[in-house]
Order: sequence, then C-alpha cells, then structure tokens
Amino acid sequence: MNTATQAAQTPRVALRRPRIPFLDREAPLGYLLLAPALLLLVGFLAYPFFIGLWLSVTNAAAGEIWQYVGLANYRFEFLNDRVFLASIWNTFVYTAVTTVFKLALGLFMAVLLNQAFPFQRFVRAALLLPFIIPTVLSTLAWRWMFDPTFSVVNWVITHTGLAVRGVNWFGTPHAAMASMIIVNVWRGAPFYGISFLAGLQVIPVELYEAAKVDGATRRHQFVHITLPMLRPVLLVVLLLSTILTFADFQLPYVLTNGAPYSSSHVLATWAYAQAIQGGSLGVGAAISLVLFPVLSIVTAGVLIALRHD
Amino acid sequence: MALLSGLRQLSPAQPGPASPTARGGTAPVSSGVNGVGVIRGRRERPRGHDIGDTAIGRWVRIYIPVWTLVLVTLFPFYWMFITSFKSPSELLDFSRSPLFVIHPTLDHYRHLLTQTHFGRWSLNTTIVAVVSTGISLVCSILAGYSLARFRYRGANAIGWGIFVTYLVPPTLLFLPLAVVIKELHLFNNLWSLILTYPTFLIPFSTWLLIGYFKSIPRELEESALVDGATRLQTMVRIVIPLAIPGILSAGMFAFTLSWNEFLYSLIFMNDTVAKTISVGVTSELIRGDEFFWGELMAASLLGSLPVALLYSFFVDRFVAGLTAGAVKG
Repeated sequence: MNTATQAAQTPRVALRRPRIPFLDREAPLGYLLLAPALLLLVGFLAYPFFIGLWLSVTNAAAGEIWQYVGLANYRFEFLNDRVFLASIWNTFVYTAVTTVFKLALGLFMAVLLNQAFPFQRFVRAALLLPFIIPTVLSTLAWRWMFDPTFSVVNWVITHTGLAVRGVNWFGTPHAAMASMIIVNVWRGAPFYGISFLAGLQVIPVELYEAAKVDGATRRHQFVHITLPMLRPVLLVVLLLSTILTFADFQLPYVLTNGAPYSSSHVLATWAYAQAIQGGSLGVGAAISLVLFPVLSIVTAGVLIALRHD
Repeated sequence: MALLSGLRQLSPAQPGPASPTARGGTAPVSSGVNGVGVIRGRRERPRGHDIGDTAIGRWVRIYIPVWTLVLVTLFPFYWMFITSFKSPSELLDFSRSPLFVIHPTLDHYRHLLTQTHFGRWSLNTTIVAVVSTGISLVCSILAGYSLARFRYRGANAIGWGIFVTYLVPPTLLFLPLAVVIKELHLFNNLWSLILTYPTFLIPFSTWLLIGYFKSIPRELEESALVDGATRLQTMVRIVIPLAIPGILSAGMFAFTLSWNEFLYSLIFMNDTVAKTISVGVTSELIRGDEFFWGELMAASLLGSLPVALLYSFFVDRFVAGLTAGAVKG
C-alpha cells in the first residue's frame, strides 16, 4: 500500500459514512467486546469463588444464620473426619492410577490409529464415543454391568475362564476403587488417544526417514522423535485430564457414591454428601476448597513447562 | 499453535459435514485411500525390516489390537441397548447367555415415555444446551476477536485469566454457586443452568476461537478498513465468516458439554419437571435400592442419542475442536 493510493482513498471514506471514532479505537472497542464474557465469568465464577472462601469459615447450614467460626471446619475435618481423610487418599489414588493407564493406553491408541488400515475412520469414531456420551448415562450402564448379582462382567470373566469366581465389585473398598478406575480409563483414554493422534500427524515424516537412514530402530524413533515432538500436546492433555479427574464428581457419585460404607468417597462426592445430604454447607465448602491448592500447583507446574517450550 | 494450523490443513481434505464414516459399514474398505486427509502419506512410509509387512504381522500389529479396543469400547453401549429390550424376567435370567435378547419388548420405552417425565427432561436439557451454547458462542466470538486482534492494556493478563478459569472445575464452585442462585431466586428455573454453564463454556470456546482468528490474515481486514469499513463491520463481514469452521467446532463442543453436565443441574433442579435428563434419570429411576434397569438403560440410550448423532455427522469438526482445545497452549 503506497501513500498515493491511501491519500486518494481517504476523502472517499470520509464521504461515505460518518464514523463513530470511539468504536474504531482499539482499546475502548476491545474492552467493550470483552465485557459480556467477563461479566458472566466474574458473576458466576469469580464472585462465587470468594463466597466459597467465606462459606468455608462459617458454620453455614440450611435455615440458620451464618457465623464466622475461623478455621473450625478445616480443623474438624482434618482431625475428626475419617471419611474425609480416606477421601483425600482415594482422590490421589484415583487420579494417579487412571492417569498412568490413560497415558499408556492413549499413546498405544494413537500409534495404532496412525497407520493405514480398513475402516480406519469408523474405528476412530467408535473409539472416541465414550468421551462424547454423557458420563452419567454411560456410568449407569457400567453400574449395571458391575451389579452385585447380575454382573455381565463377572459372567464374561467366569465363562471365558479368566477367573473362577466373579468379583463383588461394590462389596470391598479395593474392588470399588478398581471399578471406578476401570470406568474412568474407559471414558478418558479416547481423549488422550485422539489428542496424541493429532499430535502425531503433524510430526514431519522427514524426521522418521532421516532416522531410518541413520539406522534407528522403531523403538529409538519412538523415544527420540515421537515422544519429544509430542511433548506440548502431552503436557496439555495431562494438565486437563489431571484436573478433571482430581475434581471428578459424576463418575464416583453414580458408580459407588462412597460404597461400601463410605470407603470409596472422593473429595467431590464427600463435599456433596456433607453439604447437600448432611446440610453442613460450611463444612462442604471447606472440603471442596481442599482441592484448590493441588489444582493450583498442577496448573502452575504445567503452565511453567509450557512457557519453557 | 503450530498444531492448530496443522489440524486446519487437514480438515479441508474431508469435505462436507456428512462424511460417511461413523455410520457404520458404509466406509469403503479401501479407507487407506479414503482417509488420506487424516493420514497423509503414512501409507507410503516404508515399514522396513520388521514383521509389519506380512499378513500375520498386520494382524498382530494392527487388526487384533484395534478390534479388541473397539470391542471393549463399544460393549457398554451394546449392553445398554440389549438391556433396554429385555423383559423383566429375561433381565435377571443368567442361565442362558445374557448377551442376547430372545423376546425383545418395548415395555421399558413405553413406560419411560408415558409414566415418567422423560419427555420434559429432554426438552429441558435441549433448551439449556441450545441457549447456553448460543450465549457462550456470542460472548466467546466477541472476546476472542478482541483478544486476538486488539492491543490494549491488560489484554494479555485477561487472556491468561480466561485460560485459568478454564481450569476451575465445577466441583470447586457448586456450593457457593448454589448460594448465589438462591439469592437470585433461580432454583428450579432453567435460567440457573443457562447462566452458569457459560462459566465453563466461554473459556474453552474463547481459547479455541483466538487460535482461529489469529490464523486469518490481518491484511484482509486492513484493506477493508482502508476501504472505509468500521471495525465492527470487518469483524461481522470478514472475520466471522472465515472462522465458521472454528465456531462450529466450538459450538459442537459447547453443546456436548452442556448436554452432559450433571453437578449444577443436580443441585439447582429439585422439582421433577425442572430436571435435565441425567439428573432426572438418576434420581427418579433409582428409588433407594431399587434400580429400574430396563428403563434406566432405555433412558441412557435415548439421552445419548442426540450427542451421538451430532457427533457421527461431524466427527472431523469434533476432533478438530477437541484437539485444538487440547493443544491450545
């Protein structure tokens, strides 16, 4: 664009329409366009967050006047509430174990799908299905599959000779945790798989060709090309998944809801149980805020790692 | 962002929404060629020395693992399907193989549609999902454009702030939000969900759209500005039409997320007629220790259908949205 044409056009512009100068300057218009989104986020996210902080230091309960009680809720939870302490442990186990499995399975899926074979697109669509379907509804199906007396999972494993007796899925704490982990991995692995696949597909083929010329084996290629190139996707997927799993409510609530004997509660379901079913809003708010430091650390850690790249 | 643009290069290779894949057997067997947009050039890549090129090698390396994965992935849906057609006696009869239904019946569906408020729950879920998606898209387009194009004080900080809000799970906020909703007298009112769902839809959509807006050349807008268009006109006439694929992805993702939401709905909606599908199903078809499995599975199937259909028609858009969300860093 040279100055001559610019000069020629300027008068035409002025003639054509009266401009509102305010809406053409970047800053005011920028803020204006941001306003609706910010309004909703501040009103229903930031503001409630501070209310939550306040709730957790009151004895708020249904139908009572809230009074400031300092850290009494937290002190009570950490010193007296065995279910709470178990739920912290459960939350960590649930998150750590499922993340490892989803990571491994996701990588496996991505490498598998990154090859040409018949019905490739159908397979990809089918594998992503658990991630699309409402968690609550698919978890209900799993709950039925793990039914104490009519478990089809048990029927399959006894009839194929994998085990002599079926597992009493919701009967022991370990089996209950295992069932939650199985369903979570079933639901979450596709997200890893498809994201990694997208990551794989933009790795330049030349890298592999060069490696092959240099005599690298397939495993070498995986460790030295695939994994490093996937690093950014890997980090973001891990971050999102860790956070969502750590704060997961739907799946544990529908599948076990603490059974047996409140042994399989995670922080989210225990906060719900205390606040909504037990009526102690303040205690519930304190329990769910226990999630916050861990979530912040995970977020900060991955943000720093991403900046690094 | 490199990944994001990589993805966009991929999408035009699969033209049109109704690519036949997900609708089962219609995918041609030669999908190595069909899927060429997805797996550019992979077929040509030499596989070298290993077992991969023999028929047995392909079975061990590809077909067996792939179809095992598909089987495990789809079995719960098959079980859902088969259960919903079993008569109550067959439901609990494990003397024969439970994997098949011998005398299919529509009783559970009839019961679900006539004796419960399932129709109403579906309507509620649809209204909430459509309206909250609409609101979120409008907000995200405006915010995304602002953050992608304009330079002003605090833009960067606000951008990161929105990213961080994406990472705030509903679990952290549901109790104080219940207090806010109560103050607003919105309990058992669809507006409680329509107004709160955007808190997790906007951050996601905004980040996805920032990426799309940034990929549209500035020159297009600048020449329009020179020709006398206002900023808002260039946004509406030039940038938004070019960003339609991104907007579609964000919209589909937002719709699915709000269709699947559970916790807020569980807390805010207590009246039977105000419930959404997932809450209605779990609270009304489970009474104490009694599970109405036939109805539950019928409802789960019907409740999954809209997102499953939407998804099957737009798999590629969906995958693009999903992975763009995942790689938006």
